[in-house]
Amino acid sequence: MGMTITEKILARACGREAVQAGEFINARLDLALANDITAPLAIKEFEAAGAEKVWDPERVVLVCDHFVPNKDIKSAEQAKFVRDFARRQGLSNFYDVGRMGIEHVILPEKGLVVPGDVVIGADSHTCTYGALGAFATGVGSTDLAAGMATGEVWLRVPETIRFNLEGTPGKYVTGKDYILYIIGLIGVDGALYSAMEFAGGAMRALSMDGRFTMCNMAIEAGGKSGIVEPDEVTAQYCRGRVRREPAMLASDADAVYAQVIDIDVAGIQPQVARPHLPSNAVAASELAGLKIDQVVIGSCTNGRIEDLRMAAAVMKGRKVNPDVRTIVIPGSQEVYQQAMHEGLIDIFIDAEAAVSTPTCGPCLGGHMGILAAGERAVSTTNRNFVGRMGHVDSEVYLAGPYVAAATAIAGTVAVPGEVLS
Amino acid sequence: MNMVFEGTAFKFGRDVDTDVIIPARYLNTTDPQELAAHVMEDIDREFVNQVKAGDIIVAEDNFGCGSSREQAPLAIKGAGVACVVAVSFARIFYRNAINIGLPILVCPEAARAARSGDLLRVDLDKGEVTNLTKQKVYQADRFPDFMQEIVAAGGLMQQVRHKISDRKSGPS
Repeated sequence: MGMTITEKILARACGREAVQAGEFINARLDLALANDITAPLAIKEFEAAGAEKVWDPERVVLVCDHFVPNKDIKSAEQAKFVRDFARRQGLSNFYDVGRMGIEHVILPEKGLVVPGDVVIGADSHTCTYGALGAFATGVGSTDLAAGMATGEVWLRVPETIRFNLEGTPGKYVTGKDYILYIIGLIGVDGALYSAMEFAGGAMRALSMDGRFTMCNMAIEAGGKSGIVEPDEVTAQYCRGRVRREPAMLASDADAVYAQVIDIDVAGIQPQVARPHLPSNAVAASELAGLKIDQVVIGSCTNGRIEDLRMAAAVMKGRKVNPDVRTIVIPGSQEVYQQAMHEGLIDIFIDAEAAVSTPTCGPCLGGHMGILAAGERAVSTTNRNFVGRMGHVDSEVYLAGPYVAAATAIAGTVAVPGEVLS
Repeated sequence: MNMVFEGTAFKFGRDVDTDVIIPARYLNTTDPQELAAHVMEDIDREFVNQVKAGDIIVAEDNFGCGSSREQAPLAIKGAGVACVVAVSFARIFYRNAINIGLPILVCPEAARAARSGDLLRVDLDKGEVTNLTKQKVYQADRFPDFMQEIVAAGGLMQQVRHKISDRKSGPS
């Protein structure tokens, strides 16, 4: 019987020829990740268990990205706790202010994740790395503590839902629109406990950044992981970044899927997910005229260079609507610098948008753009839950960078075509 | 350890996410009591004032969806909630709850039928939920054996503790 790419990766990680969906395994880890919110709990559990040294100081990655540069005294204490542990343990991959970026942007960027890897992260958006053909899943702090101590994680081998994306997308339709459309189709628990395998001609044609965006949001459909079979686009991205040998695996033709869903991307319009679930996706055009107070462009979902290029293409030579506070947050120092070299930062500042150092910041209502009661944001982030970006009576509409930028200019939800014409 | 709980049900709908269980504005701490003071605040402002030690949260599908924050089950446990019964749980919340020792049960029938204020009895060993108000007994899904072992060992970190002491005392 054939195996999916996910089953193949997990079989390798537990030293077996084959595994099947539904089996419980102990998998060897290639990487374990935590951030300034989840690491403190993990470190306490790690030390309480009597663990002294992490299993591999090169493979435990800690990133302070959520509440940094620290927003208040308590978050400063948390970051300090993480920093002290990283120093004590001699971790070579600790990323702090100045060197850091949003965890899911910098790990691939620095070549830390390699195709075929098994990665756990105490952050739900760890599933992002599936875009590289790795198995990556979010866990809590205690699972991460166990992983840091042992280099292993217990997993139930997930069933896979395969999404075959074919066809040619319309103008201004991006990976974000694909994934919002898919979550709208199957619901926020439509892929509960499952791996979401994105395949087909439209996926092969999609950029690496677009693939990161899609796998990033697998969790918003309840998925355990998202994955794309590595190809030439993946290999190109890895070249000059990764230092370990990649395993370029693919699903067998007779692999067993829980479900196969065919999607013609030509039928997908630019999407917006209305409050308060990512599954409330509609065509952006249906929300035309809806007044917006704030636009956020950034996050682990859409804070990469291609995302900033899309936003800049819309904002170039224009001013954002005076009633819209527009905040652009490059996902890493590398993205920031690249955007600067390409003149994108000038475009944003000329447009009267604010540009910030990398941080998760407003995405989770941390800092750098909190909403007041009754305010409404269009955001390229990943969640629009009640109170996600601030006051319990504020609203978040999720979209891709084109729609977000067009909305910033128009002051109401807009598609780029309207703004650019 | 008492594995039978009796308490009042607090009923929630589907897709209760971890942002409403414990909003991110309170994630600058890991203290369970501090977290507990704000549990469920963005979905039910009165919850913290009404919940008593031993009460039971009941929810529809996909309880605990969203972020991986372990502060969510910690806040629930810190508030004295004895157990969460739901139609289904989001996977990270499910793992986290087991890892920190917050009892959870998947029991679709009981979860759908229960209303806030119902008196429930949960027998974890039997995997049984009794709605004393409605006088009905429901059978919950069993934990898979693999997870039963973690629960029996006293949680994941207890298992890790054993591994570490084996490593220290064993031949190198």
